[in-house]
Amino acid sequence: MAFLEVHQVSKSYDGTQALKKVDFAADSGEVHAIVGENGAGKSTLMKILAGAIQPDEGRLLLDGKAVQTRTPQQAFHLGIRTVYQEFSLVPHLSVTENILLGQMPTARFRWWVAWPDAHQRAEEVFRTLGFSGIPVRLPVSSLSVSQQQMVEIAKAVVERPRILILDEPSAVLSQEELKRLFQLIRRLREQKALVLYISHRIEEVFQIADRITVLKDGQTVGTVLPKTTSQSELIRLMVGRALEDIYPRRAPQPGEELLQVRQLKKEGRFQEISFRLARGEILGIFGLVGSGRSDLARCLFGAEPASSGEILLQGQPVRIKSPRTSVAAGLAFVTEDRQRDGLVLNCSIRDNVGLATMRQMSRGMFLNRRLQGAQVQHMVEEMDIRPARIAKPVRELSGGNQQKVVLAKWLLAKARLLILDEPTRGVDVATKVDIYHLVGGLADQGVGIILISSELPEILGMCDRTLIMREGRLVGEFSRQRSSEEALLACAAGVAQ
Amino acid sequence: MKGDQGVATSLFKQLGERLGLGSRHRRANFIFIAAFVVLIAVAATLTDVFFSGNNLSNLFRQIVTNGLLSLGMLIVILTGGIDLSVGPVVALTGILAAGLQRQMPFPLAILIALAAGMLAGAANGFLIARFKLQPFIVTLASMGAIRGLIYVYSETPQTPIYPAFRSLLGGGFIGPFPVPSLIMLAFFPLVWMFLNQTTHGRAIVAIGGNEEAVRLAGINTRSHVLLAYILSGFFAAAAGVLLASRLGIAQPSVGSGYELDAIAAVVIGGGILGGGGGGAIGTFAGVLALGLIDNLLNLFNVQSYYQQILKGLIILIAVLARRKEH
Repeated sequence: MAFLEVHQVSKSYDGTQALKKVDFAADSGEVHAIVGENGAGKSTLMKILAGAIQPDEGRLLLDGKAVQTRTPQQAFHLGIRTVYQEFSLVPHLSVTENILLGQMPTARFRWWVAWPDAHQRAEEVFRTLGFSGIPVRLPVSSLSVSQQQMVEIAKAVVERPRILILDEPSAVLSQEELKRLFQLIRRLREQKALVLYISHRIEEVFQIADRITVLKDGQTVGTVLPKTTSQSELIRLMVGRALEDIYPRRAPQPGEELLQVRQLKKEGRFQEISFRLARGEILGIFGLVGSGRSDLARCLFGAEPASSGEILLQGQPVRIKSPRTSVAAGLAFVTEDRQRDGLVLNCSIRDNVGLATMRQMSRGMFLNRRLQGAQVQHMVEEMDIRPARIAKPVRELSGGNQQKVVLAKWLLAKARLLILDEPTRGVDVATKVDIYHLVGGLADQGVGIILISSELPEILGMCDRTLIMREGRLVGEFSRQRSSEEALLACAAGVAQ
Repeated sequence: MKGDQGVATSLFKQLGERLGLGSRHRRANFIFIAAFVVLIAVAATLTDVFFSGNNLSNLFRQIVTNGLLSLGMLIVILTGGIDLSVGPVVALTGILAAGLQRQMPFPLAILIALAAGMLAGAANGFLIARFKLQPFIVTLASMGAIRGLIYVYSETPQTPIYPAFRSLLGGGFIGPFPVPSLIMLAFFPLVWMFLNQTTHGRAIVAIGGNEEAVRLAGINTRSHVLLAYILSGFFAAAAGVLLASRLGIAQPSVGSGYELDAIAAVVIGGGILGGGGGGAIGTFAGVLALGLIDNLLNLFNVQSYYQQILKGLIILIAVLARRKEH
């Protein structure tokens, strides 16, 4: 008998069936990966285990006993801990308070918080986990996204969980941080905990999982062993079709110069940044978390002012003061966190896709809603955004479709320079492939592309040329021929080959 | 027995789907409309005064002030803000119009009063948009400051309004319809159009959802936040002028607590403090609901204290009904 059994669990939302009679079993002392496209039902299943939502039917068995996780508290008491994709941290509280929430050490009186003890305990937690360099006294909001993820994980394992659910934990982590997370997972496995690992990243799943369960369209397709299954077989199970060409096959013909950056500097973030980009070229920027690559993207787009330096567009010097001027100049920016600063979640697909082009779609101050609707509808169909209903709030879309909405916004604006910061983060495999081909197509039409990514296969597969950033400086440039995972990583980490 | 119940439930479900009651939000709206109809029906049977032309025209005159204030409040709430200073602006603009009409033609006095209201709104909006201050605090401060300013400006406790001004705006009728009510009613479709059909309106709605995303889409968010507060100031000024003209006098003490009624109307109509929900149609329903309750309780001679209690309960019920399910 398995440690955890899920029997015939179904769940529907507003008429759409998210899970259809799902069966699934996992043992303690196991790392069990759950994979599937976005919308396959992975997150729904995990939320049911965590007590965040209730199944319509079906049973959960833990150690052979039927259990109910009606509320997150009940799941908590059963020893189930979850690290969600969306952070559940309190931004303005310190790291210490977030980790020890509800169990702060007290001194003498019950209501008197022993701050030194608390910080010490928090530091200890990070030390034993092998996560170093997290300032426990600072508010969580001042940490980087990847550090916040580490805090989120630390919070989940501070009391030994029996079941740890990790929902896309690696999306924001660097290679080094991921390695530490894997060490932690292996340690939990030795302690007989069950780790449920949800990820889009196939390579990762093969590295860490003992068994892999595939979900597709709300149903279990099967459970396989990574030892006896190949990556392409797994992808086939997930998507239902073979994925031969992940990256577009292009014959890049860079045209005339589109962008020239001279000695761009942002105090305390990056300096001496100079590079050129041709029309139709895909330029990669690779660097570890904290190398300043996202700051560079933000300054290029005018989301933040640069301290000094020059930017030339098609040979003309431009002053990019704000996103307004850069959008007018034909720039577009897909931010690394679409939910934080890429989308208005409560607003419809139409409003989001049309957000950057309202001026073009209006006469005087009146928006031509019919024209906007028609263009957005066309874009939605062309990009296969699902559901193809433009009145649908973006909040209700899957991550992959949300990202397509962000891209559609800039396609509609007919940008000539597209800056992509982690464009496939938290996106399912099929949508990733769609996005790669879309970006490739844009480059073929002469759009210049800057692609920032921490996924090396993506950089290698997409970019004609790659710049390496380390500690705020450009430290290397690799042509497609010279690029390899080892070379880029070594350069980014600053180790001689 | 059990089977019958199942059939009945599924029948109701089907009926609900036909009426578009799928989501909880729509259901809440439906319940509201139903409650409304029941309320009016009960009122009409218990007293024959309710449907008299006199009472209806009274009702629509009584909701003029809150109607206008709610429109401004709606726009500000959509940006994720709030405007607590509308009450004093009502008083200020009333006094200003009444004082100035003694020295100049009254239409000019009205224009200056409107400009003063917009200026107050612009001051709020500038502080909030430019310095990223919290709307609650900024408008709380200006609420006090404007109230003080009124007492400095007006030496007398009451300033009378000249008859021409009164009869045209406050006391005037077009057919059976009171002029102030028509003005107020006309603004609702205008605001609906502004919010749904103009680039600025869509930007304002989007800002309340995610200001940074809107900024990165190349839209000037500051100027739109500023615009929202200027509009709120404008509506408060319009309300102030119409109120003074209806009452025939302008008083420095008028308008206290008005901001709360306006917020209540927006929230009852589906508005969400902090942005991300609300519209002109819902707000109109909120204004009407609050006005109707006042009107009915007046007809039945219920003390105003009970009216306050009931209003509070209705706001809570409205918010509970629209609560997001997890």
